[in-house]
Amino acid sequence: MSRENNTLVKLNNAGFKQNGKWLVEGVTLAVEKGKIVTLIGPNGSGKSTTAKIALGIYKNIEGSVEKYTNKVGYVPQKISIDWTLPIRVQDFMLLTENIKEEKIDEALSLTGVIHLKNKSLGNLSGGEFQRVLIARAICKKPELLVLDEPVQGVDYTGEIALYELIKKISDSLHCGILLISHDLHTVMTATDYVVCLNGHVCCSGSPMDVARNNEYKTLFGEQASKILSVYEHKHDHVHSDEGEIKKN
Amino acid sequence: MFDDFFIRALVAGLGIALVTGPLGCFVVWRRLSYFGDTLAHSALLGVTMAYTLELNIALSVFIISSLIALILIQLQKKTNLPGDALLGLLAHSSLAVGLVVIGFLTFIRFDIMGLLFGDILAVTTDDLLIIWTGGAVILLVLKLIWKPLFASTVNYELAEAEGLNPDRAKAIFTILMAAVIAISIKMVGLLLITGMLIIPAAMARNISDSPIKMVIYSIIGGLLSVVLGLFSSLEFNTSSGPSIIVAALILFILSLLNIKQSIKLKN
Repeated sequence: MSRENNTLVKLNNAGFKQNGKWLVEGVTLAVEKGKIVTLIGPNGSGKSTTAKIALGIYKNIEGSVEKYTNKVGYVPQKISIDWTLPIRVQDFMLLTENIKEEKIDEALSLTGVIHLKNKSLGNLSGGEFQRVLIARAICKKPELLVLDEPVQGVDYTGEIALYELIKKISDSLHCGILLISHDLHTVMTATDYVVCLNGHVCCSGSPMDVARNNEYKTLFGEQASKILSVYEHKHDHVHSDEGEIKKN
Repeated sequence: MFDDFFIRALVAGLGIALVTGPLGCFVVWRRLSYFGDTLAHSALLGVTMAYTLELNIALSVFIISSLIALILIQLQKKTNLPGDALLGLLAHSSLAVGLVVIGFLTFIRFDIMGLLFGDILAVTTDDLLIIWTGGAVILLVLKLIWKPLFASTVNYELAEAEGLNPDRAKAIFTILMAAVIAISIKMVGLLLITGMLIIPAAMARNISDSPIKMVIYSIIGGLLSVVLGLFSSLEFNTSSGPSIIVAALILFILSLLNIKQSIKLKN
């Protein structure tokens, strides 16, 4: 298959301006089937904005977005359910699409929250709710999964398990994933392509390429650069005592 | 069968309750009670227009209410005033304009009390037809837009991201609000229509744990309120609108007992 056919969503020099201020600009990236693209960057660097541009939530954007699928699963960064809505976990699972009971149970089991199925959404803890959000997004078997800090508030062991699950889903469903994460460890092990944002695209490429990039180092510090190298097994460079990367 | 005014009122009221039940749930969920009130206040202008232009009242109210909704959306875009101020502005000015126009129409005898609080004597067989066909259309459309409307009520961005077109659903819902006010104005009166939307839904909220249950209880609550209200209206010779709303209020108070119990259970 050609590259074009595998593309699920493509941003061409996209940007979004709110109240005269650019939230993010000049972003070019593509998410393909079976690939995980991760957005990293400091707070306010436009990660969530980029995700929302890709999803079509922001309408008046600069540049363009080409979306080749309508089967989308989204885990937003912030969502508040208000008490006026009586809604249980099982109702929430059906929010945007009608899904068979077994599929719902399966997804809730995968994220470890099947016991909460009949509970009211308002009574869940932050971590529990996050697991429900992930279950909801995956159970509709999307072609494109957009995860905006999907494991926030989840306990440490759960976090690792959920990232493994995300990787597994990407392989088994062969869906493309646009992931936003602060956890550089995880990002670098599971990701195919990293985009480092800071109001614009700082650098992008394979995890290794990004780790070597100087702009990345200024943004995240030398320490972050070292974290990445842990996952690098080809050892095509060495680190000096000062943390500088020297090519072999 | 519909010869008796009371039977007509009952059939009309039940038809209205079937529609206000589910619509009222969305009014509560989306925090639109003051919006509903504004549309209802503007209905008076619709009634005067019906008399001057010799139009059907429901049709004319529907047109004016939709127009007010449109003006509201425009004002929200063009001014920096907060939403509740704009709603108040439109509600009271359209009510005032309506009353002033009535003052000019000296050749027609208006039953102001009937307009404000509902009049069961006023319900004709034609009204029944409008209420039941209009109501059926409203319910059908609501069923069609249920998924996007509900999803965007829970979270707008989720609905938009997953391709449900929430903006369209919201626009259609606004039209449905205007329509339900149009068909129920004669029965409940323009000052009390919002009560018919909110009180049964609020009662239902107290006793339900899922959206579907809330809709069903809201409908049942509305139907009961109509029956109880109309019988007491006949018995005590009170206006139909207030009687129905008082009945709904009593049901709401009863539903509070359920909250107390569930709090006790939790402790």
